[in-house]
Amino acid sequence: MLGLEKRDTLLLIVVACLVTFAPILLNPFPADSSMAQFNAGYPDLMQRFVIFGIFAIGFNILFGLTGYLSFGHAAFLGVGSYSAVWMMKLLTMNVIPAIALSVIVAGLFSVLIGYVSLRRSGIYFSILTLAFAQMSFNLAYSVLTPITNGETGLQITLNDPRILDGAGAPSYPNLFGAQMNEATTLFFGGWSFTFSVGYYLCAVIMLISFYLAIRIFRSPFGMMLRAVKSNQQRMNYTGLNTKPYTLAAFVISGMYAGLAGGLLASMDPLAGAERMQWTASGEVVLMTILGGAGTLIGPVLGAGFIKYFENIFSKINKATLEGWFAFMPDGIEEFFVAIIYPFVGKGWHLTLGLLFMMVVIFLPGGLVEGGQRIGKMFRRRDRKSSDAELSAAQQRQVPPAE
Amino acid sequence: MSIFNPTRRGLIQTGVVAGAGLALPTYLRADAHSGFTNAPTGDTVTLGFNVPQTGPYADEGADELRAFQLAVEHLNGEGDGGMLQTFSSKALEGNGIMGKKVQYVSGDTQTKSDAARASAKSMIEKDGAIMISGGSSSGVAVAVQGLCQEAGVIFMAGLTHSNDTTGKDKKANGFRHFFNAYMSAAALAPVLKQLYGEDRAAYHLTADYTWGWTQQESIQAATEALGWSTVNDVRTPLAATDFSSYIAPVLNSGADVLILNHYGGNMVNSLTNAVQFGLRDKQVNGKNFEIVVPLYSELMARGAGENITGIVGSQNWDWKLENEKGARYAGTNAFVQSFGEKYGFPPSQAAQTCYAQTLLYADAVARGGSFNPCAVGEALAGFEFDGLGNGPTLYRADDHQCFKDVVVVRGKENPENEYDLVEIVEVTPAEQVTYPTDHPMFAGGDLGECNPGA
Amino acid sequence: MDAILLQLLNGLDKGSAYALIALGLTLIFGTLGVVNFAHGAIFMIGSFCAVTLSKIFALSHKAAEPSGKDFLGNPKYDDVLYITEWFGEDIGNWMIDWSVPLAILFAIPIMLLIGYIMERGLIKHFYKRPHADQILVTFGLAIVLQEVIKYFYGANPIPTASPEALRGSFDFGVLIGFEPNAIIYPVWRLVYFAFSALIIGAVFAFLQFTTFGMVVRAGMADRETVGLLGINIDKRFTIMFGIAAAVAGLAGVMYAPINSPNYHMGMDFLVLSFVVVVVGGMGSLPGAVLAGFLLGIVESFASMNEIKAIIPGIDQIIIYVVAIVILLTRPRGLMGRKGVMEE
Repeated sequence: MLGLEKRDTLLLIVVACLVTFAPILLNPFPADSSMAQFNAGYPDLMQRFVIFGIFAIGFNILFGLTGYLSFGHAAFLGVGSYSAVWMMKLLTMNVIPAIALSVIVAGLFSVLIGYVSLRRSGIYFSILTLAFAQMSFNLAYSVLTPITNGETGLQITLNDPRILDGAGAPSYPNLFGAQMNEATTLFFGGWSFTFSVGYYLCAVIMLISFYLAIRIFRSPFGMMLRAVKSNQQRMNYTGLNTKPYTLAAFVISGMYAGLAGGLLASMDPLAGAERMQWTASGEVVLMTILGGAGTLIGPVLGAGFIKYFENIFSKINKATLEGWFAFMPDGIEEFFVAIIYPFVGKGWHLTLGLLFMMVVIFLPGGLVEGGQRIGKMFRRRDRKSSDAELSAAQQRQVPPAE
Repeated sequence: MSIFNPTRRGLIQTGVVAGAGLALPTYLRADAHSGFTNAPTGDTVTLGFNVPQTGPYADEGADELRAFQLAVEHLNGEGDGGMLQTFSSKALEGNGIMGKKVQYVSGDTQTKSDAARASAKSMIEKDGAIMISGGSSSGVAVAVQGLCQEAGVIFMAGLTHSNDTTGKDKKANGFRHFFNAYMSAAALAPVLKQLYGEDRAAYHLTADYTWGWTQQESIQAATEALGWSTVNDVRTPLAATDFSSYIAPVLNSGADVLILNHYGGNMVNSLTNAVQFGLRDKQVNGKNFEIVVPLYSELMARGAGENITGIVGSQNWDWKLENEKGARYAGTNAFVQSFGEKYGFPPSQAAQTCYAQTLLYADAVARGGSFNPCAVGEALAGFEFDGLGNGPTLYRADDHQCFKDVVVVRGKENPENEYDLVEIVEVTPAEQVTYPTDHPMFAGGDLGECNPGA
Repeated sequence: MDAILLQLLNGLDKGSAYALIALGLTLIFGTLGVVNFAHGAIFMIGSFCAVTLSKIFALSHKAAEPSGKDFLGNPKYDDVLYITEWFGEDIGNWMIDWSVPLAILFAIPIMLLIGYIMERGLIKHFYKRPHADQILVTFGLAIVLQEVIKYFYGANPIPTASPEALRGSFDFGVLIGFEPNAIIYPVWRLVYFAFSALIIGAVFAFLQFTTFGMVVRAGMADRETVGLLGINIDKRFTIMFGIAAAVAGLAGVMYAPINSPNYHMGMDFLVLSFVVVVVGGMGSLPGAVLAGFLLGIVESFASMNEIKAIIPGIDQIIIYVVAIVILLTRPRGLMGRKGVMEE
């Protein structure tokens, strides 16, 4: 189907189903129960899941296939966000031109940075990309304030020109009138499920991006990129100039990042300089490695994992904990609260750090490998069918050529 | 423990039982028809406290969260009532807000506008928060204020000092109790004149982002009005940790006052570096070299240690205010008492502003008779009150900024403990720090219409 | 002229911090081939060794009689320091005053131990793993370390004073024939510079003139061959890891009086130290030191008002501009070896 192999089609369908029903799947607990804290099925977080999924998918096209580790990809996301917000300020609140511009600008920006940075490889390449991104961040925060609005971030205001929008046009990002923050909530017993316009727009774009990523992975182009990863020198000896291929991969992943940035700005019309900081670049690296670099679905899982902790664990406070353990006798309750408290709320970083270490120690192939191990326990029958994801995960295990 | 003696656990259990009663199947709840976002249903109302819990301002955030918890307790009629006893408005009865028990959710802003908005959004979308409060930086405050305006909830700003929050970025749904850069400068000017004279040359080091710029602009205007000259204004990168290369040229520049428009970690480091370079011990133009830090923060003063001795700055509030300056600042001691009893140390100005904001919000709901943000906004706009520790205060209707006295402080010579680092030099009355709404430093913004959301 | 000399001094001082951190990082990065994102955290822990020691010295018990009232009106008891009780007023106060230099003695064994445990317990298992996995695990470790520090010490910076005698500033200009007050420099920063030079010299001497150092250098160049000669290179590399941690830790201890330590100071230095190491060239110790000083000096000069007036905001980006220029003109940084982390 759609030019995909059977296995990939299946993967795409599974992802499509998961994404479509995410508002239900991510809200497994009734809204009034004390476990509702762990529900992630609200529009903002779901949007972040898929948007950072797109970001990580794109990053993986560069890193997973070519092995080039960029430490400056957040710059493209930031540039995308700024272009989108400017489009919404100047032209129209419709998100289509905003997103289109963000992809284009990020693409151009990545041609520039990629062309320079790809003159070096390995750690030298990483530091070059890092340097460009940090420069962008520092300038956006201070000197470029007239364009970026500095620390506060670029916002839309009532008196922006918006020359294409008529008097009655919506004042919030919209898709031909359907505002991104519109949502319907369905109540079912104690459960409530929110279906928002913004999320489904992101979801559709994410599925398209995912489909394109599969096509790239399976194409001769993708093959060439893998060849660059395994031995670039040999490629050069055979008379092949690898640079156009790596540059193309760099620009494609930069455009994915720009798309993610444009979507972020469309869901919430604000573009902040922090989006370009090295920590943000580092985050997408972590997402990709955590999920499983070089696999198709891994980066998306990694993105979801990190964003879940950032948004859910940071909100658990002492009162919440006391609520959970209220059924216990006083002393034991306090004991449990005291033990768990350092790991939640203001300690959510600690939990995240520990989980990074555990995943990389026990699941060398990332979360994808974890999923596969679980899968294997349940179905031993089709062991001989070579799983594409597993092979990618195993491929990473081979130490790099010294 | 006797069952007649309600424990915290007991109260929570009661709450859980009461909550279970609400979990009955409802296919369509009332909030779709209430006319505003997150209208409280049932007998509880949820407030969202969005404070930095990670990053350099985590301790300040923790102090804000303590104050919020205390405010919630007092609103629900637990504890000793704190400032509710002294607050001039008596609309709050200690039975929650309009009979609804107050609950809260907390989140982490990370002092990044992006993360702060994500956290505030989750409070609004997931937890049904009707008001968002807290924060420790102006960038975050402006970003979250914009979000609350779009979403149709009230934003009660925490610690935010930039002129822009109630200047060019003001919003109808946003309210600020904390003072701002202009007020700091206006309050400091007379004290600086009195301490250091009218003939001074100032050298500015300014954090290179919007708050720093408004602070610098304000203090430069105020000091130049005194007759001071400005030798130089040097912008320092936000990420700088070592300010030596910015401090080193100061001594030979001809300036005799160094003004550090820095906050937080920047302020701790730049001040420490300035003292290392021996600026405090030098004489320039026949006068002692002086350092001024326009915005003080207790936590950062603690970080700078004994380097703050004798350094003048301004604060929104100080916990010794009522003891030293009399009953005009009633409420201060009541708050310090209940905060100190609960946590064992005195509150910071960040804690006080957050506590006051929570009470002010609750009171406005009670007086306006509705949780509708427009009704709340109407009740707060132009509201004059007293007894929240800052003396008589006005919430100005035109820009939603509070006008009250500003405290000018100085680093203490021999602090008794780590919470008693500053002494109050002067309290500049509210009239002197009041400015017209169309003042150029605040121009360009528009409150817009209040937005009740859905 | 004096302004330029002053900034040169500043650059050397900043550079000595960069060089020390980069030196430790390059020992790990260049010798063991491990991308250690926890290196900044080790620097931070070094600083907190100084904080911890001064906290230990400040341990106290309450006096028997109340001396007044506290802010809530309850009776207040003065603190009596154990250290003055045990060692007498004079020695006790001297120890408190000199707690930062004393913390060096305290930090060396602790940092060696931390380095040893890190290598044996964690890093050892990652030599053969892709660099990506090393990044993830060491980044996780860095977060855990800094959160642990935050849990015990809070997020606020903690002032840590240098000894009274080394506070204040020193008129450097007079020594070289300038007007008084032309070039004034803080004493402690001069101490820091001298200390760094000492450590850097010691590390180089150790690698150059001891058999141990020779073997390690041989192992850096060709690990396999050294192993084939029957030398247990792994054990030596473990020790090198400990030494690298100690170098970073000492850099941290002495840095504490310059800027009050806080739990995320390691992250502030992390990116910069990677830039320094890579600009210096992978696997080259002199390169790391050279790049550290170079970037420190360039950064200081860029923050001069005269230069900022020409190019606004140049001080924000100068380090990255220099890094890009060097990496584009010299493919392996200043003194990099071929084939290290280039794949």
